[in-house]
Amino acid sequence: MDTSIWAKMKTQPLLSVRDLSKFYGGRIGCAEVNFDLFPGEVLGIVGESGSGKSTLLSCLAGHLAPDRGEVIFATSEGPRDTVLMAEAARRRLARTDWAYVHQNPRDGLRMGVSAGGNVGERLMAVGARHYGQIREAAVDWLGRVEIAADRVDDRPSAFSGGMQQRLQIARNLVTGPRLVFMDEPTGGLDVSVQARLLDLLRGLVREMGLSAIIVTHDLAVVRLLADRLMVMKGGYVVEQGLTDQVLDDPQHEYTQLLVSSVLQV
Amino acid sequence: MAVSPGECLGLVGASGSGKSTLMRMIWGNYLAASGSIMVGDVDVAKAAPREIIALRRGTLGYVSQFLRVVPRVPTVDVVAEPLLTLGVPVAEARGRAMALLAQLNIPERLWSLSPTTFSGGEQQRVNIARGFVHPYPALLLDEPTASLDAVNREVVLSLIEGAKARGAAIIGIFHDEQARARMCDRLVDVTQFTPKAVQ
Repeated sequence: MDTSIWAKMKTQPLLSVRDLSKFYGGRIGCAEVNFDLFPGEVLGIVGESGSGKSTLLSCLAGHLAPDRGEVIFATSEGPRDTVLMAEAARRRLARTDWAYVHQNPRDGLRMGVSAGGNVGERLMAVGARHYGQIREAAVDWLGRVEIAADRVDDRPSAFSGGMQQRLQIARNLVTGPRLVFMDEPTGGLDVSVQARLLDLLRGLVREMGLSAIIVTHDLAVVRLLADRLMVMKGGYVVEQGLTDQVLDDPQHEYTQLLVSSVLQV
Repeated sequence: MAVSPGECLGLVGASGSGKSTLMRMIWGNYLAASGSIMVGDVDVAKAAPREIIALRRGTLGYVSQFLRVVPRVPTVDVVAEPLLTLGVPVAEARGRAMALLAQLNIPERLWSLSPTTFSGGEQQRVNIARGFVHPYPALLLDEPTASLDAVNREVVLSLIEGAKARGAAIIGIFHDEQARARMCDRLVDVTQFTPKAVQ
């Protein structure tokens, strides 16, 4: 491989966010957010409840319309502002290049459809029609998230919380997205189940070269998953940088408070 | 200060004089207020996060005193991970990890367990294995022989000698005076960099 071409590719951002703001009436959802995300990077967004991190994620993923700013995604046809895109084009991105992992797996799964059907449905949405191949891909992905092949015909309602979350991840990643949005992916899970999920996510990010934006309030999770960190307070990004630099040598007094508030085990 | 390929520079100075701070600034988890820190052609003091991540991936290794890992991940995978991020095939990465764990006298029955429950000396050796599994051209070593017995200390010192012989530039903090004398070609007293109180 020509390394110079590779280096050049790597220096083109996958996502460029400029001056992104969202207001709820007179209140600030998030304001003046700027960052670039590069291929293969994992960005963590931390902050307390009400800091604007979930609003920001929703604006980035096209679930909420921002009041101002640009969200430029490197589509296969070149960089496009997803805020200005037609709804149909944005939906197509959400089915192909993007994935969204909800905190509650029930929001991201179809609870009345089998595990295999949940994974296969995403494939069919992008045009797969061969039943045998769809089922094969579904079983393969269930294996990759450590769900036994004999559970493929079971409904997610029969799964534990940790299994449901892994199924949601399989459903999201089966189409080979380039950018994954995750809202508190390990929230609500037992710590031992969290650890397994973290290991799984790290492996998938590495093997698939995924970029990801992870919203969480858990600093231990971002230390292990995120390359970079943004700290939000009152809708604004107060600090951003390399994850271990922000956590080990925080510059903003709010980040210092956040880091020093963590219980040591 | 500067370090050449194949050279080991020791940081000395009383506790609190800034040895670890200086080392963390080179690693990039402490922010430099001014100046420059060149590792190859990357200035850590000014580099973007992704440039520092790329630097840590292939060029700059770090053996810290703390082991930070995803809980429940087997020791062999913890040690192999730096190679996997470089794209080394899984079987080869695990093979190299196992060879290093054996060399560092970590019993084979522990390889499939998470290192989070290991003793201090065992965790230290897992950290060392992670730092030496890839031949980084530059290495930071923070007390690599602390909490080790004589046999394992000797193994670690020979690993450091091997890294020097292949041309690695090393900066180390050694409280173990004999180890320091044997490993370091030069010493830098960081007290000279410590801010002085203004009268």
